[in-house]
Amino acid sequence: MATYTLISSVIVGSGGAANIEFTSIPATYTDLLLKVSPRISSTNGTVYVDYNSSTSNQSWNRLYNSSGSVGADTGSRQYITAVTSDYTANTFGSTEIYIPNYASSNNKSSLVDTVQENNSSTNLQALVANLWSNSAAITAIRIVPFSGTFVQYSTAYLYGISNA
Amino acid sequence: MTTKLIVDCSTGVTTEVELTAEEIAEREAMAAEYAVQKAQEDAEVAAKAAAKASAEAKLAALGLSADEIAAL
Repeated sequence: MATYTLISSVIVGSGGAANIEFTSIPATYTDLLLKVSPRISSTNGTVYVDYNSSTSNQSWNRLYNSSGSVGADTGSRQYITAVTSDYTANTFGSTEIYIPNYASSNNKSSLVDTVQENNSSTNLQALVANLWSNSAAITAIRIVPFSGTFVQYSTAYLYGISNA
Repeated sequence: MTTKLIVDCSTGVTTEVELTAEEIAEREAMAAEYAVQKAQEDAEVAAKAAAKASAEAKLAALGLSADEIAAL
C-alpha cells in the first residue's frame, strides 16, 4: 500500500513570486507528487516545469479541452497551466504532477492533470505527458510562469510516495 | 525587485531570494516572446471581428434584417 508523505509546501505571500523551487529533494521515496494551485499576474497561463534547473531535453504530448475546443498537440518544454489575471477573481488552478521513479537513472516521464478554474465557459483542462530526457535523479523542481508572477495564496505541496 | 521562493526540502525552510542574472535574462526573453505572441493573438481577434462586421454589413445591404443575420 502506497504511503503519501508531505515533504514540503509553500504558500505565496503578499509580494508574489517569480518562481517556486523545491530543492534538496531526498531520494528516499519511490515517486513524487506535486500538487499546485496557481494563479499568475499575466493573461498567459503557461507555467514551465524544470527539474534540477535544466531547461533542455524536455518535451510533452497532451490532450486538451480549451473552452470546448478539444485537441491534441506536442511541445518542447514541460508545463502546467495556471489561472490568469483575466479570470474570475480569487480563483486558482488545480494541477497534479505525478513523477514515478524520480531517482532512477531512466528518463523522467511524468503525468500532469491540469485545470484552470473560471466562472465562465472560457477555461482549459489538459492531460499532459511530460518528459525530461535525462538520467539524473531529480533533486530539485522549479515551476516558473512564462509571463508574470505567482500571486498571493498560490500554493504548492510536494509529496513523496513510498510503495512499501 | 522580483524574487523567488526556495523551499529546502532537507530543512523545510522557505526563503525568498532575488533572481539570478541568468533568471532575469530568461524572464526578459520570455516577456519579449509573450509580447510578440500577444500582439499576434490581438491582431487575429481584431481581424476576425472586422471580418464579421464587414460580412454583417454586406448582408444588411442585401436586405437581411438584424434578426435574420443573427440567425445565420
